[in-house]
Amino acid sequence: MTAVQDAPETVHPAAHAPAISRAEGWRRRAPLMPALIFLIIVTQLPFAATLVLSFLRYEALRPDERGFAGLDNFKAVLTQDALRSSIFTTITLTVTVVLVSLLLGLGIALLLDRSFRGRGIVRTLMITPFLIVPVAAALVWKHAIFNPSYGLLNGTLTWVWSLFGSNDPPQIEWITSGPLLAVEASLIWQWTPFMMLIILAGLQGRPLDVIEAAKMDGANAWQIFRYMTFPHLRKYLELATVLGSIYIVQNFDAVFTITSGGLGTANLPYTIFQLVFLKQDYGQASAAGVVVVLGTIIIATFALRVVSSLFEEENAR
Amino acid sequence: MTAVEAAQGKVSSVRRTAKPSPTQDRKSRGGGALSALAWFIALVFVTPVVWMILTSFHSEPDAATNPPSILAPLTLDGYRNVFGATTGASAWPPLINSLTASVVSTVIVLLLAVPAAYALSIRPVKKWQDVMFFFLSTKMLPAVAGLIPIYLFARQIGALDNISFLVVLYTSMNLPIAVWMLRSFLAELPFEIVEAAQLDGCRLPRMLRSVIIPMATPGIAATALICFIFSWNELLFAKALTGPIAQTAPVFLTSFVTSQGLFLAKVCAASVVVSLPVLIAGFAAQDKLVQGLSLGAVK
Repeated sequence: MTAVQDAPETVHPAAHAPAISRAEGWRRRAPLMPALIFLIIVTQLPFAATLVLSFLRYEALRPDERGFAGLDNFKAVLTQDALRSSIFTTITLTVTVVLVSLLLGLGIALLLDRSFRGRGIVRTLMITPFLIVPVAAALVWKHAIFNPSYGLLNGTLTWVWSLFGSNDPPQIEWITSGPLLAVEASLIWQWTPFMMLIILAGLQGRPLDVIEAAKMDGANAWQIFRYMTFPHLRKYLELATVLGSIYIVQNFDAVFTITSGGLGTANLPYTIFQLVFLKQDYGQASAAGVVVVLGTIIIATFALRVVSSLFEEENAR
Repeated sequence: MTAVEAAQGKVSSVRRTAKPSPTQDRKSRGGGALSALAWFIALVFVTPVVWMILTSFHSEPDAATNPPSILAPLTLDGYRNVFGATTGASAWPPLINSLTASVVSTVIVLLLAVPAAYALSIRPVKKWQDVMFFFLSTKMLPAVAGLIPIYLFARQIGALDNISFLVVLYTSMNLPIAVWMLRSFLAELPFEIVEAAQLDGCRLPRMLRSVIIPMATPGIAATALICFIFSWNELLFAKALTGPIAQTAPVFLTSFVTSQGLFLAKVCAASVVVSLPVLIAGFAAQDKLVQGLSLGAVK
């Protein structure tokens, strides 16, 4: 990038900037326009429409009651128990999944950042969960792993207990006894590889000569991690956190498949889906959508800052 | 690798293995435990996948036993059922729908994103960084918040249960990712060649076709694979906007959510079939996976 950006400027520092005429400006802009216009139409218009809808009374099942609703829809989203609890479920789900998979991903990335026999195979095996279609992964966890009568978890308990001659193994109702945990477990399984890949990329960009020098000077493994690896990794950990949060806040597949939003696991995307297709209350669904957007803007602002700092760093190389 | 380099490599590897100092010895023993731990964790993580594949090759009664019958005889019945051998719908129509939606949207994404990435890296527009961050910010907003007007609009124009409507949505979903990835690939191209082509009076369409695209093929391929994976996996919009005709493979899978009775082998076989294209694309793009997932921020 540096070469492309700087080359003309270093040759003609003064002549370059005013040299772009209006015609040249448009010639440069032309290849960008189709993508830009397409994206504005398909992504920005719906959000504007959602904002408008959120202030309307608009239920398909009550066509004669349409009209301006003021803040009623927002009041409903923030006061009705089911809707309010879906906000908290979204937060709990996102924070738990992101934190646990980030820590697991960090640990595994550190383990993989050494050369050992079969390192490539281990890395490939670790990526595999991320390459299972999310609905398929959720189905397998629900039916083949958590199922109380023939799932892998209870099956393994039966097998282990039978090794010790017991016919009375504990059989746990995994999904009903910890519905949110069940959803979280399957998501952590899928997202840990994502975190690991980004952290591993960060680890491999470390200045090895400096670390080698620190080892020579007698720094121990913890000191090297605390004072050299971790500060270098910070940006990558931030990036993994914000990207993971953006994707997991929007999660629909796992909640829909594993618990169908029951037992207190309905998050905002699932609730919006329900409002649209079961209750057919488009006004309230839009208000819930606006709440999600406001929540994500907080993450997104932080995300854009992290990405732009990494972006500048890569460009400066 | 030249002969000299090879020889040097051999010398240095000999030197490395020749005299293991006591500290190295101790480190390698601790290293052995850590390697075993890495292997153990990887096996734990891959167990659900292995279990899914194994179960998909079992007969229905063998698939649903407690304790699990690992050594039960293998059969293709699960796969036959997924493709409609006994009852229920075949997986072919949804698979073909998914393939159409993913491939067509990926092609459109590339057609839009390659010129855009050119205008953001090789001959950049003014304020190109702002444009980049606009693209990124559209990706940060949750898609579900746009669902309601999109659904109402599709219903209005009669585009429900129509795969081309999904194609448009998947294109917009992947365009920002593709622009970010492609920009970072194009920015790495040798500037001299591009400049020489420009001095020869090469105009944009030919420039893209005969200079940029041939040089950036690996990057474009990786971008295409990432876009393919994201479109293939998408559930929310497909579930909301398609019905029996245009349903995609993930929507087909949701028909198993509330299944009862003996169906586990069939579920696992269906999951394997639907995941297979993503596994292939993902392993093919393994080296560029991080770059795609981090929107090009990490190389």
